[in-house]
Amino acid sequence: MIGLEHYLTVAAALFVIGIFGLFLNRKNVIILLMSIELMLLAVNINFVAFSSFLNDLVGQVFTLFVLTVAAAEAAIGLAILVCFFRNRGTIDVEDVNVMKG
Amino acid sequence: MTVMVFTFYLFAVTTLLGGLMTVLSRNPVHSVLWLILAFLSSAGLFVTLGAEFVAMLLIIVYVGAVAVLFLFVVMMLDVDFAALKAEMSKYLPIGLLIGIVILMQLAVAFGAWGYSPGIDERLAAPWAVGENTGLLGLLIYDRYFILFQLAGLILLVAMIGAIVLTLRHRVDVKRQNVIAQMHRDPKLAMELKDVKPGQGL
Repeated sequence: MIGLEHYLTVAAALFVIGIFGLFLNRKNVIILLMSIELMLLAVNINFVAFSSFLNDLVGQVFTLFVLTVAAAEAAIGLAILVCFFRNRGTIDVEDVNVMKG
Repeated sequence: MTVMVFTFYLFAVTTLLGGLMTVLSRNPVHSVLWLILAFLSSAGLFVTLGAEFVAMLLIIVYVGAVAVLFLFVVMMLDVDFAALKAEMSKYLPIGLLIGIVILMQLAVAFGAWGYSPGIDERLAAPWAVGENTGLLGLLIYDRYFILFQLAGLILLVAMIGAIVLTLRHRVDVKRQNVIAQMHRDPKLAMELKDVKPGQGL
């Protein structure tokens, strides 16, 4: 029988994969954004699993808002990325120090 | 019952595989495709939990919008990804170390965790009998209406921000200026001359 802890394990593993991706692709902003999406997905799995096993619908309502923020964040992040690429010709985040005083 | 167990393990394994390959893949286009697999299979996980509406929303929003956005950007930007990937192995040990530490912390936190007594009386919105989508709609459009509107506002701000950031007028491209066209004065633009026959100008 599948219990709550099974879903929590999957979510925890997915979250750690997201963090692992942040460290592994330190230069590639596109993969960094995808890793953040993976971490948000892990959080969503936690919310829905608790919602289902506690019989409380509010977890799913909160998932909707997390989804909204994730979509907005991806759109803004990619827009900044396109802007940065136009100006610098690269997406290497280690070059992002033009605003340093 | 065994069908449920099999379905759960199928979706769980494909979710984790999709996530791992998103992070490890050498080609960003493959990364996006693995990300789509992770989203689709976690939507399957949501269906096994009985949250059909959130599962369909995940497919529509993530696979239909976010992943396609990623795909557009990856294909639009002419980036030398091989150079970016070259230093990947340098960060592998520290990444693995921190990943394992966080995993152990999560395990410890879960080991010390339990439901507080009397939690059944403190549920905010108990899951009544009925369709998942309908129940969620009753909740969102009634009790969480302000939050729902604010979520829409967040999306509006994100849309305007993305447009403002990426819109640019190139100077070397001719474009139509409607206002200038409408306010053109015929008297200034052309001159009528009365030409006598046989004389010319």
